[in-house]
Formats: sequence, structure tokens, C-alpha cells
Amino acid sequence: MTPTPTQSELAFRNLLRIRRAEEEVARIYPTDKIKSPVHLSIGQESVSQAICDALEPSDIVFGTYRSHAMYLAKGGDLRKMIAELYGKVTGCAKGKAGSMHLIDVAAGVMGTSAVVGTTVPLAVGYQHALEMQEKPEIVACFLGDGAVEEGAFHESLTFAAGRQLPVLFIVENNFYAIHSGLKTRHPWKSIADFAAAYGCRTQRFEDGDYWKLRSAAVEEIHRLRTTRKGPVLFEVCCYRWLEHVGPNEDYGAGYRPRTEAEPWLACDPVTRVGESLAAEVRERVKREVEAEIADAFAFAEASPFPPAEELYTDLFA
Amino acid sequence: MDRVITFAEALREATDQEMGRDDRVFVLGQGVDDHKGIWGTTRGLAEKYGPKRCHDTTLSEDGITGIAIGAALAGLRPIHVHIRMDFMILAANQIVNMAAKMRSMFGGAVKVPLVIRSVIGRSWGQGAQHSQALHSWFMHTPGLRVVAPSVPYDAKGLLTTAIRDDNPVVFVEHRMVHTQKGHVPPESYTVPFGKARYLAHGNDVTIVGILHAAVESLRARDCLTKVGIAADVIDPVSLSPLDVETIAESVARTGRLLVADMGWAACGASAEIIARVGERLQGEKAFMFHRITCPAVVCPTPKNLENLFYPNPATIAAAAYKLVHGPKATWTPDHVDAPEVLEFKGPF
Repeated sequence: MTPTPTQSELAFRNLLRIRRAEEEVARIYPTDKIKSPVHLSIGQESVSQAICDALEPSDIVFGTYRSHAMYLAKGGDLRKMIAELYGKVTGCAKGKAGSMHLIDVAAGVMGTSAVVGTTVPLAVGYQHALEMQEKPEIVACFLGDGAVEEGAFHESLTFAAGRQLPVLFIVENNFYAIHSGLKTRHPWKSIADFAAAYGCRTQRFEDGDYWKLRSAAVEEIHRLRTTRKGPVLFEVCCYRWLEHVGPNEDYGAGYRPRTEAEPWLACDPVTRVGESLAAEVRERVKREVEAEIADAFAFAEASPFPPAEELYTDLFA
Repeated sequence: MDRVITFAEALREATDQEMGRDDRVFVLGQGVDDHKGIWGTTRGLAEKYGPKRCHDTTLSEDGITGIAIGAALAGLRPIHVHIRMDFMILAANQIVNMAAKMRSMFGGAVKVPLVIRSVIGRSWGQGAQHSQALHSWFMHTPGLRVVAPSVPYDAKGLLTTAIRDDNPVVFVEHRMVHTQKGHVPPESYTVPFGKARYLAHGNDVTIVGILHAAVESLRARDCLTKVGIAADVIDPVSLSPLDVETIAESVARTGRLLVADMGWAACGASAEIIARVGERLQGEKAFMFHRITCPAVVCPTPKNLENLFYPNPATIAAAAYKLVHGPKATWTPDHVDAPEVLEFKGPF
């Protein structure tokens, strides 16, 4: 697919916003202003951006504890995300969610969770309800390569495939479940292959090409929306640049060599999409994104913490 | 009010009336649409409302609970039925980590209007894994309502309230209570959470009975009247929130509290009730207390051991007698099998 200049500029803006927000989180983290475990999306932003750009604003996403990219790509409020990380009452969940449980109902970000695999059945149930109500929306469920080991994933696929629910599963395969490599864990050669055995239409993306993934997503989401027949699973290979949780690199830890990361660093979609723009466009977008990021962090810094009464609120509707 | 129906029929009627009133309500669970209809509690719903509104599920208790939660987020009002409370253990991940927590951890942005029905099994060799009473596990967890009615009137009204409530409700039933008969108005009505019910009045001892233990406690009360002891028998109805005031008012009068629960003692509902009444009456009224529960062993299958495993009217009455006349006093009325236990010849 050859993107138009407008599409390229929009993609770069969104990708860069995620990248720079995450980098700023990592930079601030040692000041202890963010007292929440942060599982950063650096290196994996393009997966969320490609899928969410292909979705409608009224479509729904569910994610994992590593959902900053998904949240922003789907249209989640940046100020509210940073404030949430700071634990401030102006955060997307009044400071009570932290990084691992982001929410933005208005943007269709219907939930994330710190327990692996727990949002996968939620996504299937949401789509089941949409089909019962004959509504047009599609649910996209983001999960990692480790989550496919959870029983809930198999249970969700079985139910979804048994009813041909038009839900889109996105497996972000960064080859590691925390520090444990897939080769020592899985018997199958690809996650897409075993999902196909469950009755999913599947595609596997191996080279990190942003526009290829986005095109495939546009086509598949259109098919899901019009035929109401699924499920579909995309296995998208990608690479997590930083440690599993926290702001630092950990190539020195020994479980993954920097040489393994290098090809992924070299083909970074954020950089590539930026390079496809005219220089003055790229520089303008960079300036505008910096201003947005600075504004969001200033908002978080200036916001108050939740008052003591908030400990007792929101337990029951 | 002269219409008498069974507890099971009362549950079915509540479900049917709510499904008729609100087309967001739907029922899912293993066997909810088969010819047995969860002992009649879901019979006919799939035929009347169609398979979208009442459908079977795959053998995936954790996944299906998540699916029900997802459907609730999308605006529907699911009733997830577990034919045995033991199977809720598989669902506990979603119930405790997700349903109970989502509204809080998302700062009030979502609500989870989910009813989870489950049935505690008993008798005819149901055994270790088809008989567990785990309501205290869910009482322990903030973010869940837990209710456990023992009379048909409360079964219908409380299930109606649970379906209309916007929060996750663990609706606990007992297999031996499903056949109990009682007066139930034909029209739709609600019973509020957090209100205990007096089943009998007396000033000598307070007996709090949960689920089937409420039924057996009434029989124990009859035994006790023959030896001149009059008991308040209270069904808590709602376990979380718990109506401590009603129970404490009774104990303040009688000075003696016996809690009967067909589950285990350690960290059980009986422990929680006694602790809460103790806190409430601290410095106001000292009282004697005892809990009569199943022993801390695994539920056996042979009938003679089953009979030893469960509290019964004779043992409940004997325990109450000891509270009144002192720990050395021994009196036990003749044991009579509960009719509902006698009638039940399995298989399930």
C-alpha cells in the first residue's frame, strides 16, 4: 500500500506521540513521581497504531498491562493517561487504575488488566453482546505471546469460533513472556498456526512493516464488519526495546542479546514513517507533538492527588 | 396471599418476569436450556425468549464468566448459572480479579451488572466436589454482593433485586432448599439486600441459620419448645451486606447466639456473623456463642458418614440447649431425617 502524504503525516504524528510519551515516562520515572509499575510500549507502538487506525472510533478495544500504545492509538486522552500514571485525581480512573488498568470508555478503550489473559474473554463477551443486539461495532482484543498459554485464551477462542464471532485478536509476539523465551515454552511454530486449528482466519506479520499491517487490518476489519463472521487472529512479530517493566534497557541481563534487537531497531516504524515525510512536515509534527507531551506532563504535575474519601468510592454502582 | 410454590419455581418466575420486563437480561450456563432446566429454575426460558436470551455454554467456567462480564460492559444484564458451587472455583479468577474490581479500579467508569447463581449440593453421595459451600470466600471479597435466601418469597424477590442491581451479585442456593414450598405473590416484587428475616420468635436463644441450616434450625426450634426453650430463628438472607442490627438486637435480648451453617467453620460465614455481632455488642451486652457447622473434613459419600457430616435438627437443638443450660448439660432430641433429604434419591 502506498500511503498518501496526509495518511503518512497522521501516522507519524500518532506513532511519535506514543513514542515520545513513553520516552518521557521513562525519563521521569527515576524521580519517583510515577509510583506505578510501567510496562512500556517502546518498540511496539506501530502494532497498536496500525490496528486502531483501521478501526472506527466507535469500535472497542481490550488490552493488557502493556497498553499505553493501545490506549493512545485508540484515541485515549493523553493528559488523563499521564495524570493516571502520576496517581492524580484527574487521571482516566481518578488515579485509582495506574498504568496497568487504563480505561477510556469514550474512546472505546473498555479495559485493560494486570492479570494475564483476563481481558480476552471480556472482548469475546462484548462482541457476543454486540451480535445479540445487532450492532455494527467490532471488538479488537490485544494480547501478548505469553497470554496464548492461558486457559482463558483457549476458552475464549473455542467460544468465539464456535459462534463465529467477528472479533479480531491481535497477538503482539515480542518473543518473550517476561524473561522467558518462546522457544523454551511453546511446542508450535507459530501462534497463528495453532489459532487456525481453533477455527480462526489468521495472518502472521514478521517484518514490522507498518503499512502492510494497516492494510491487512483495514481489509479484515471491513470483512468482519460486513459479514459478521470471524474470529480473526493476527500474530504480529515485534520487539520490546526496554525491560519487561520499568524504564531501562536490560540487554546486559543475559536473557536477550542486543544483537537480537538490532534488526528491529534498524527497521523502527516510527523512524521509517517519519523519514517518508518531507523534512519540514516531519519537523513541524515533531514540534507539535513535543508541545502536546509537555502540556500533558505539566497537567499531571499540577493536578491534585485523590482526596481521602476516594478510598471508599466506586465500589458499587 | 394464598399461592404456594416451590423455591425453584420462585427462581424461575423471577427470571421469567425480569426477562419479560427487560430485554437486556439473558441467562447463560451449562445446561440452562436443556430438558432439566437446572431443576426447573430455567425451564422454558429458551423456548419462550429464544436461544439468544437463554443459552448453553462451553465447559469454560473462567472464560464464560469473563464473557458474561464483557456482555455486561456492552449493556446486557447476564445471569450466569453454575449448577454446582464447586465449579465457581474455576470462575473465581474472573469473579474476584475482574467483576469485583473493575468499577473501583477504573475509577467508576464502568459497572458490571452480573448475577452469578450457584447451587450447593448435598446428599446421595454428591461427595467432595459436588457439595461445597463457599459463600464465605465471596463474602470476603470487596465489590461483590452475596445473598443466600432460604424461603421462596425471598428467592423470587431477591433474584429480582439482584437482576436489577448494577453490581456483581453472587446468588447462593442450596439444593435441599429448592423443594421448599412457600407463599409467593404472582406479581413482580423486590426484596432488599441487607435485610435479615425472622423465621420464629423466642427469648431464650438466637439461632441464625444460613440456607438449608435455616430450614433445619426451624425444626430444631420445635424440638427445643418441648424442653421449654424458645428460640429466635433468623435467616440472614443477605450475607454481604449483612444485617448485623437485626441479629444483634436478638442477641442483646437472648444473650445466646448459635450460628448454624452447612459449610466449614474456619473463616466461614458463621465466624463472620459472630465477629460482627461481637463488635456490635462490645461493652453493651456480653453473650454466649457457638457455631455449628460441618466438621473440617472432606465431604464423604457413604450415607452414614454424610449424616454425621451435616448439622441436623437434633445436633442444632442440642447445641442450643448447651448454650442455655451450660456446656455440661446434655440433651439431644430424637433424630428425624429432613423430608427433603429423605425424598432425594439422586442422582444429582
